[in-house]
Amino acid sequence: MTEVLAIPNGHAVARADLPRLALDAFRALVIGAAAHRRRVSALFGVPPASGAPDAASIELIVVLADDDTGLLECASTVVGEDGLASMTPDCPEVHLFEREMAEQWGIRLQGHPWLKPVRFHPSHRPGHDAWDRPAGTWPVVGVTDFFRLEGEEVHEVAVGPVHAGVIEPGHFRFQCHGEQVFHLEISLGYQHRGVERKLVGGPGKRTIHHMETLAGDTTVGHATAYSQIVEALSGTRATPRACALRGVALELERLANHTGDLGALAGDVGFLPTASYCGRLRGDFLNATALLCGSRFGRGLIRPGGVAFDVDDGLVAQLQNRLSAAEHDVTDAAQLLWGSSTVMARFEDTGRVAPETALALGLVGPAARACGLRRDVRKTHPSGVYRMVHIPTSMAESGDVFARAYVRWLEIERSIDYVRTQLGELPRTSPRREPAALRPEMLAVSLVEGWRGEICHVATTDEAGRFRSYKVVDPSFHNWTGLAMSLRDQQISDFPLCNKSFNLSYCGHDL
Amino acid sequence: MWKILLSRLTQGHRTVAYPDEPPSLPPRFRGHPTIDSTRCPEDCRQCVDSCPTDAITKDERGLALDLGRCLFCTDCTDSCPEGAIRFTTEHRMAARTRHDLVVRSGMIDRVRALDGKMLRLFRRSLKLRQVSAGGCNGCEADVNVLGTIVFDLGRFGIQMVASPRHADGLLVTGPVTENMKLALKKTYDAVPPPKIVIAVGACAISGGPHAGHDEVHDGAASVVPVDLFIPGCPPHPFTILDGLLGLLDRLGPDRTAPRGAQLTER
Ligand code: SF4
Repeated sequence: MTEVLAIPNGHAVARADLPRLALDAFRALVIGAAAHRRRVSALFGVPPASGAPDAASIELIVVLADDDTGLLECASTVVGEDGLASMTPDCPEVHLFEREMAEQWGIRLQGHPWLKPVRFHPSHRPGHDAWDRPAGTWPVVGVTDFFRLEGEEVHEVAVGPVHAGVIEPGHFRFQCHGEQVFHLEISLGYQHRGVERKLVGGPGKRTIHHMETLAGDTTVGHATAYSQIVEALSGTRATPRACALRGVALELERLANHTGDLGALAGDVGFLPTASYCGRLRGDFLNATALLCGSRFGRGLIRPGGVAFDVDDGLVAQLQNRLSAAEHDVTDAAQLLWGSSTVMARFEDTGRVAPETALALGLVGPAARACGLRRDVRKTHPSGVYRMVHIPTSMAESGDVFARAYVRWLEIERSIDYVRTQLGELPRTSPRREPAALRPEMLAVSLVEGWRGEICHVATTDEAGRFRSYKVVDPSFHNWTGLAMSLRDQQISDFPLCNKSFNLSYCGHDL
Repeated sequence: MWKILLSRLTQGHRTVAYPDEPPSLPPRFRGHPTIDSTRCPEDCRQCVDSCPTDAITKDERGLALDLGRCLFCTDCTDSCPEGAIRFTTEHRMAARTRHDLVVRSGMIDRVRALDGKMLRLFRRSLKLRQVSAGGCNGCEADVNVLGTIVFDLGRFGIQMVASPRHADGLLVTGPVTENMKLALKKTYDAVPPPKIVIAVGACAISGGPHAGHDEVHDGAASVVPVDLFIPGCPPHPFTILDGLLGLLDRLGPDRTAPRGAQLTER
């Protein structure tokens, strides 16, 4: 086996200890990952040192997750002007990571089957552009090659960036034969706000706010991932009480979103009772988070070293009461859904993703679990309170809209239990500990199971203990292609249903 | 069928009585901040320096806080040794101009309604096309929530529509990324005049947490004229609702508690 550095989730190591592999060995490591039951959690280029923005070579770092041992295997290599031979043909799950590194650092990738921009911004490394676009111009978003089906009676449907609902922008192209979709291609980048670039040189006073708004519906997830990074890099431990409250907040976030998703799915097939009840119940879970910290999305709650808001017995009792009331109503709403044959007829066998496809694409979260892949960071790479108290992994097999909905429902039940238990036995420590300064020349990896799946943050520090690089991998980054695959051979009219069953983040992908 | 009817009974009627009754907001909710510059030591700039979005400035007249930049975080209140800035649970914060959003003392005025012909046109029926231009899905989510049975926006004649051609205006979220600038402009152009634009959230007003990034344009006003600004990150659904109803002169007499009555310590 190639030399790698294996660390648990939420740990930091000296940069000097990160194995620097020859390019071939690095490629072999990544390509062989799947055969060794590893997933690619992150693969990215690190910005050149501040004095050399146009450096001739770029360092690549890979983080492979071993779900059997709970270790994260890290290694690096250096890519020069020649670039590297694409690993995508042998390891499809890196296809988007490779497109991203080509776009960000102008790395040339030979043999990538579909090397297109991801977010449509100029290269971050002056003088290096993977497509040889002229310097100083901003690429026009969405203007790129798209797959095209040729033939009689074949037609193309293009949707977006502005969609019909209150929803973020993205562009979808369907290659259809009548109602039947042969292929869906998803082109994003409209939400690109340049967050990763702004994180370099931090942490600064905006950093936590950037984290909280990476994907606004995943504020707790991303803020927790970031806090774990700072704690690892500074050698600070969040207090036990903080860990428990973070767990509560993370599960409340999951509850709100999963409940909202069940409602949205019901709405899409015209089943209004569950749609209306869940619309309201989603708000009840958000309001529970607002009881904790004043913000429905958990803004201001999670901070490095702990949590910024504590609870007393009165508040705990209030939360417990609300939880019980919501549990009753959400159970009722869900049972109506499962008991309706017309709903089931629409959910079952729609938007199926085969387990092999899910594996090859590296899907994460409920979308992966719905295909029978046992992927849940809370269980396989636990951090914080999940190391102490386990939560069962919710699974389904069929990989269709039903499975994705049903996994959510199982998780709703389990998250309610989890929150209740945590609130019932909060450790009596302080809620927060002031983190120390970040140590220089380190690397840290942090995983959190957000409601959409694995959130991965990887940071490196420079000689002054500032972020030299900060990589964010939102679960949506892994899963958008899963949505595209779920549409194959489906009716185009099933797109909204399939889309809701994934409910992916645009800004989390676009950053 | 019986099960559905039974559920209907137990789930009950859930629509809030707003604006006839004041909203119930959590005690820790951070709404309209208040400033007491008399507490500030002369050379103190702690809050100014702590603010992630430079929403706070200080001059010889004291502190000024721009609600359009404010993320309603606790960075300033945590940093202030004197308690000069506090958040209240007052949710009403919308304003018609950027200038009106700057607070020095007290609370900002109730939002001014549209005038004359525009009011007559839109008061009882306003169709909006929502455009997210780099929004993080926080603002989008809390706009969406207005459509649920809890808020039931439809009872005020306000509706989100699928096409700009069917709309009377736009509701914009997000800082306006470079990559959404053209789409926003085109969507605006597609709305038949007369039309209005509502900027929801710190991003759409000022760029919010992303202000000054090369990749964004610091708010909707960089591309389209804005008629209503609704602060927050994200604004509470009640804040959005108050703004919309105020614009349409649908709030009625000021029946809810006086502004600033509910001070929260934090
Ligand atoms: S104002 Fe805040 S909540 Fe709204 S889109 Fe911007 S970052 Fe998200």
